[in-house]
Amino acid sequence: MFDLTGKTALVTGASGGIGAAIAKALHARGATVALHGTKVAALESLAAELGERAKVVPANLSDPAAVEQLAKDAEAALGQVDILVNNAGLTKDTLILRMKDEDWQTVLDVNLTAGFRLSRALVKGMMKRRWGRIIGITSVVGVTGNPGQVNYAASKAGMIGFSKALAQEVASRNITVNCLAPGMIQTAMTDVLTDAQKEAMSGRIPAGRLGTPGDIAAGVVYLASEEAGYVTGQTLHVNGGMAMI
Amino acid sequence: MSDIAERVKKIVVEHLGVEEAKVTETASFIDDLGADSLDTVELVMAFEEEFGIEIPDDAAEKILTVKDAIDFIQSKSA
Repeated sequence: MFDLTGKTALVTGASGGIGAAIAKALHARGATVALHGTKVAALESLAAELGERAKVVPANLSDPAAVEQLAKDAEAALGQVDILVNNAGLTKDTLILRMKDEDWQTVLDVNLTAGFRLSRALVKGMMKRRWGRIIGITSVVGVTGNPGQVNYAASKAGMIGFSKALAQEVASRNITVNCLAPGMIQTAMTDVLTDAQKEAMSGRIPAGRLGTPGDIAAGVVYLASEEAGYVTGQTLHVNGGMAMI
Repeated sequence: MSDIAERVKKIVVEHLGVEEAKVTETASFIDDLGADSLDTVELVMAFEEEFGIEIPDDAAEKILTVKDAIDFIQSKSA
């Protein structure tokens, strides 16, 4: 089950903890992967670790022209893109009263608009080939909200609505569009928290622990697989039970 | 029949999987050939690729029949 041999995948934000785990998991199932990010050295070292079937495609996702170019680079590197994982994302947290226009815009551009542009460019080939998977890594806060994150929560909720609409447009072409919503995951973002903060957080999670990037990657492998072909327009929540939606 | 008409019909036959005889010049993609809205977008994309032209959205909306497509492409290639 879940064999991805012969499939190709573009994973954005592959230099981050979750993105790298997703790329590794897809690769382990046989896919050829294009690793996108902005930290080229980190991408090169991940590609070296994976060995064959791994390419590096850096791009700045806040630049529209660079996003269009990324779609072309990924198709050139992989031959075609069967699986698109819109994982790249950033936060610029602050309360709304202190939030600057650019804090809002940058988060929307990278987290939501870049995914739109990549999907638009790559769905064309998927339609022709009658097979495709578009997977958006959203967040539990896109559904529950979180103070200090109006921009981030809006971008993540936007991705869910985007995916539901696109799922309906392309379902007849054997293309599925889904989201995966991580809860609290151990990454560089949560490493900066103190032990006390982590304990307090775990206390709100029925599973009693933070999630791992591997927990997220496993869900992505499922959504990317042939076996998940009848699942579309859905959001898979991977959060240890912290929000049951 | 012109070369353009032949190529247009070939694309329509291949894309919609319909019998060649049904692809007359007056045939409507949606009403006669069973296309859905996504098919019509894909057809326009296929025409753009085949003929190396750009078909803007407002022109694409008016391409409803095989003849519409042939006429538009002819006007671009002329």
